[in-house]
Amino acid sequence: MSARDEPSADLPLGDVLEASDEAEWWEGPPHEPGAKPRVGPPAPGQVALTIRIRRYNPELRDKPWWDEFRVNVEPTDRLLDALHVVKWYHDGTLALRRSCGHGICGSDAMLIDGRNRLACKMLVRDVAPKVTVEPIRGLRVLKDLVVDMEPFFAGYARMLPYLINDESTSDRERLQSPEERERFDDTTKCILCAACTTSCPIFWADDEYVGPAAIVNAHRFIFDSRDRGADERLQVLSQKSGVFRCRTTFNCTEACPRGIKVTKAIQDVKRAILFDRY
Amino acid sequence: MTTTHTYEAVIVGAGGAGLRAAIEASGRVHTAVISKLYPTRSHTGAAQGGMCAALGNVEEDSPEWHTFDTVKGGDYLVDQPAAEIMCQEAIDRVIELEHWGFPFNRTPEGRIDQRRFGGHTRNHGEAPVRRACYAADRTGHMILQTLYQQCINRDVRFFNEFYLLDLLMADGRCAGIVAYELATGEIHVFRAKAVLFATGGYGRIFKITSNAHALTGDGPALCLRRGIPLQDMEMYQFHPTGIYKLGILISEAVRGEGGILLNGEGERFMERYAPTIKDLAPRDMVSRAIYQEIKEGRGVDGKDFVHLDVRHLPRDVIEKKIPDVTEFARIYLGVEPTTEPVPIQPTAHYAMGGIPTDVHGQVVVGPEETPVPGLYAAGECACVSVHGANRLGTNSLLDIVVFGRRGGMAMAEFAEAAEEPMLPDEPERETVAMLRGLLQGPNLEFAADIRSQLQEQMFDLCGVVRSEEGLRRLQDVLRGLHERMQLVGVQDRGRLFNTELMEAVELGFLLDIADTVAAGALDRDESRGGHYREDHPLRDDDHWLKHSLAYREADGSIRLEFKDVKLGRYVPMERKY
Repeated sequence: MSARDEPSADLPLGDVLEASDEAEWWEGPPHEPGAKPRVGPPAPGQVALTIRIRRYNPELRDKPWWDEFRVNVEPTDRLLDALHVVKWYHDGTLALRRSCGHGICGSDAMLIDGRNRLACKMLVRDVAPKVTVEPIRGLRVLKDLVVDMEPFFAGYARMLPYLINDESTSDRERLQSPEERERFDDTTKCILCAACTTSCPIFWADDEYVGPAAIVNAHRFIFDSRDRGADERLQVLSQKSGVFRCRTTFNCTEACPRGIKVTKAIQDVKRAILFDRY
Repeated sequence: MTTTHTYEAVIVGAGGAGLRAAIEASGRVHTAVISKLYPTRSHTGAAQGGMCAALGNVEEDSPEWHTFDTVKGGDYLVDQPAAEIMCQEAIDRVIELEHWGFPFNRTPEGRIDQRRFGGHTRNHGEAPVRRACYAADRTGHMILQTLYQQCINRDVRFFNEFYLLDLLMADGRCAGIVAYELATGEIHVFRAKAVLFATGGYGRIFKITSNAHALTGDGPALCLRRGIPLQDMEMYQFHPTGIYKLGILISEAVRGEGGILLNGEGERFMERYAPTIKDLAPRDMVSRAIYQEIKEGRGVDGKDFVHLDVRHLPRDVIEKKIPDVTEFARIYLGVEPTTEPVPIQPTAHYAMGGIPTDVHGQVVVGPEETPVPGLYAAGECACVSVHGANRLGTNSLLDIVVFGRRGGMAMAEFAEAAEEPMLPDEPERETVAMLRGLLQGPNLEFAADIRSQLQEQMFDLCGVVRSEEGLRRLQDVLRGLHERMQLVGVQDRGRLFNTELMEAVELGFLLDIADTVAAGALDRDESRGGHYREDHPLRDDDHWLKHSLAYREADGSIRLEFKDVKLGRYVPMERKY
């Protein structure tokens, strides 16, 4: 069963349209797999990839369902490219976020074969012939692979993620040695994709826990020699929603598409609280 | 259902220019930022190499040299007073970013470190100069993060995942915008005294591009539809080092750190094209050199790519100063840059043209530069013009903070003094009609087919090298694609996260933008900067030292006007490096 077999949802823009338009809705051309030449045998250089997707669309059904698509793509294509083939030629209702396509904007974190990954940093050859794609966990699913990011960004904002320093500045830069700069280098790489936070079993179970990404961003400032807001941040992070919820399962480090040593950053923050040193 | 909001200032786009404008405006007037992405997803974050400012931290430098390089790099189509402002203010903007916490790489003395970049030279072209301030190869990411952090600190009001669908004009002034909320499908009218477009580029008109999927020229396309011309649209930059076939950017910083280009014969061919600064020649020249090498059969293995080689660089330079692009090569090409050369080809990268503005971000129309009251633009979607016919590397990050700030200040000043605008009757009417057209469209064409043909044809016929014959063919193709666009429909008729519907809208924007690029390229029968006509290979200052302005006529055709370049102390001379 797929979305295509369902009666269509209420018309969008309903009020406006219903008042002014009585035209029939076209069903459009068939979009069933097999109806398009693209779904024949793979062309030379291509491989057939079966993509199993956990779907959810409250306008169509109350509950999530599984859908399966077969696409022909090149082994060096990104999984994101394969998902685009699904969306553009098989089922236009498939919802996902993406933008840059090369792992820097952080839009397309998904659960891919059971691990949090960016779809644009996974190549088809690494997942073929069959791959399972689900939304990241622990955030409310809004439609298909799109989850509610608001709680995630709210957690980030709780970390006071901006440089705090009231000391007067000159018209030149503050000095910072390469060694001081190095201390927080790793955590400046964060792209806020939520792969770490939504791989964390504590975050799944506990709505209060701020999660790894927020701590990473707190770390970025706490260990910046120019910042004076560490006390405030450590105050927030020493609360029960904070850093001591972490059980060091290393899921976050494994999930980070930027290679940030997330668990180490969390440990750094724990030590800073325990020993009042940073 | 339509919701109407009233703000004094509305900024559309939350990349570097939009966020920098928001920092300025939000302190003075009631401000909202509309963005079709979460701000941290904006494409400013993909910029890698650096941001130039003549700090002189590691060697002697001056803003005047920077200005000269910018003007010469832009092949003299740069408005020199604007370039001077940008290069002078660069220093303050870099220091300001540092004070806001930007994590610059440092010199051993703790100052902001600087590195070489294409076209940036000491004393008017003597040798490459270390001018680019940077954070490894994620400078854009750090600018985006730093500016977003400052917006959080200032409690700026964001409307995330809202798509710009219309620009509202009334009584000759800007009255606001219409936006579509992706999460709900709801239409929102934003009434505003001042609107600033910072919607970014439109590289998605091309097949091989470094640009994000979101970069579809929404702001410029809506200006065009509202009678505002677009300036210098034929001036598009192809970055020489995109990852083969994918177009993902490999920063010029790689060459700034000592990387070199090799053709299929293993020759460092840039020595022939730019004897003085070689691989650090401006991007247009390097892209053309690559094109030429490939055309003459010196691509690698007879194919359409050459090699970028860093094997001779110290390991720690590769791992510390260009880690991200090294990883891109590993992931997307399976190439290990420390032991293998990286296959690259030119990739569509940056729009020098766009919405014409003055140095305060004020949108101006026509040869007389008549202001459009209440409408501002900044960043890649705007054309000030500081990049002329070819932008120098790092000058885009500079542009967004310098002119984002100026635009934010100017719009706040205007909004403080201006009356509330009257909204047109039923301001959302045209937007609803457009969406209805797509939702009820015959659905006989796949939007993706039209988009991919647009992108392929634009890249082939309006790419690094162009000709009259090819551009005329391209215009026929575009006409056909516009017709087929009428047959596009969407399968998703739901309200929630209907990205299929938005992609169809974006395709409409892309087609309109492509028309202006093709028309400008056909008309300009000379070669200048990023615009190279193989049938007119020389620059022609007698006829073409002028900006083009593309207007869309009622029948969809493009009409061109021209306006003078604002010259200054630098007299156009032959561009050699």
